[in-house]
Amino acid sequence: MRNDNLPVWEVFVQPKTGAHFEHCGSVHATDKEMALQNARELYTRRKEGSCIWVVKAEDIVSSNPNDSESFFDPADDKVYRYPTFFKVSKKVKGL
Amino acid sequence: MEDRKERAFQDKIDAELKIEPKDWMPGKYRKHLIRQISQHAHSEIIGMQPEGNWITRAPSLRAKMVLIAKVQDEAGHGLYLYSATETLGITRNELINQLQTGKAKYSNIFNYPTLTWADVGAIGWLVDGAAIVNQQSLRRTSYGPYSRAMIRICKEESFHHRQGYEIMSKMALGTTEQQEMAQDALDRWWWPSLMMFGPHDSDSAHTSNAMQWKIKRETNDDLRQVFVDRAVKQAELIGLTIPDSELKWDPKNKNYDFGKIDWNEFWEVVNGNGFCNKERINNHVKAHEEGKWVRDAAIAYAEKNKNGARA
Repeated sequence: MRNDNLPVWEVFVQPKTGAHFEHCGSVHATDKEMALQNARELYTRRKEGSCIWVVKAEDIVSSNPNDSESFFDPADDKVYRYPTFFKVSKKVKGL
Repeated sequence: MEDRKERAFQDKIDAELKIEPKDWMPGKYRKHLIRQISQHAHSEIIGMQPEGNWITRAPSLRAKMVLIAKVQDEAGHGLYLYSATETLGITRNELINQLQTGKAKYSNIFNYPTLTWADVGAIGWLVDGAAIVNQQSLRRTSYGPYSRAMIRICKEESFHHRQGYEIMSKMALGTTEQQEMAQDALDRWWWPSLMMFGPHDSDSAHTSNAMQWKIKRETNDDLRQVFVDRAVKQAELIGLTIPDSELKWDPKNKNYDFGKIDWNEFWEVVNGNGFCNKERINNHVKAHEEGKWVRDAAIAYAEKNKNGARA
């Protein structure tokens, strides 16, 4: 029997114009067109979106959660990136 | 090493953090999830059959449109859940194969037949009503993709619940014949609906790990009680009688005590001796085989266009 496991596509929906695209699940499809149509039928039956992205799951690159400590630690010691790092007199307004 | 990982895993769960597909998890946690989520997915898919049985005979165009939309939702719910199961490293084909060979189960309730239009009402009201109690609890399950699928499903499921209750209300307040049909449907679906929550906690093989890992958030018996308390009042409102002579209000615990569930019947049906077990699986196999040429054609078309601009 031939393997008919169709490729998996991850689906991202933009809830409304101007919003971030959000991942909402996956569909199986043999090409882009079918992936988009399946995603529409599956994830936007109730007007949940204004735009859909589909991307082949195998093309997505992800960081590894098990390495997240070392992966994200360059951000750890840069507290000066937050406004609260800077002391400002209460008398100063609009800053 | 494994011990340390397992402790970190449990700490994360205790802190109410979700487990995501790429996180380390114990083999048994993964196995339990694959079993539970796929069983849930199979139930949605097989659950399309008893209701699909009435689409061509729906009593009005409105009822037909609503029922088609509902059955389409069940397909969607099945697919959300398959999608969540696949994040655990099992393919759709393997899942379908487990269903068709009987290795994986689906909810027992769908092995009962839908004899009259009132049964469609009873399914929406009772079967979806019971499912909602379970699914609302599972929104807080520890596995991220399962939890997200549940949140999405719960949003859509309350329409199913209401359409069922609407059918039952109309019939219960209709002609004598319609009233009898509604009561008969309630009589047949009540006990199987209570069985949907699974065996008593003291007899359930899967409860303890599932609670510790927060896959399940409430026990079978607690969820069943929530369902009974809701349904009794809903039945009263439309003048139907719950078929349980031992049902009575317990003022101390503030809930309804109910009679004994016939677990022999439950296990008989689980083990393949229900009214419709064979028919449900045969239909699934047939639909899957008859759709093969479509999948083959789609794959061939995609291969042909691989080097072209269209694929």
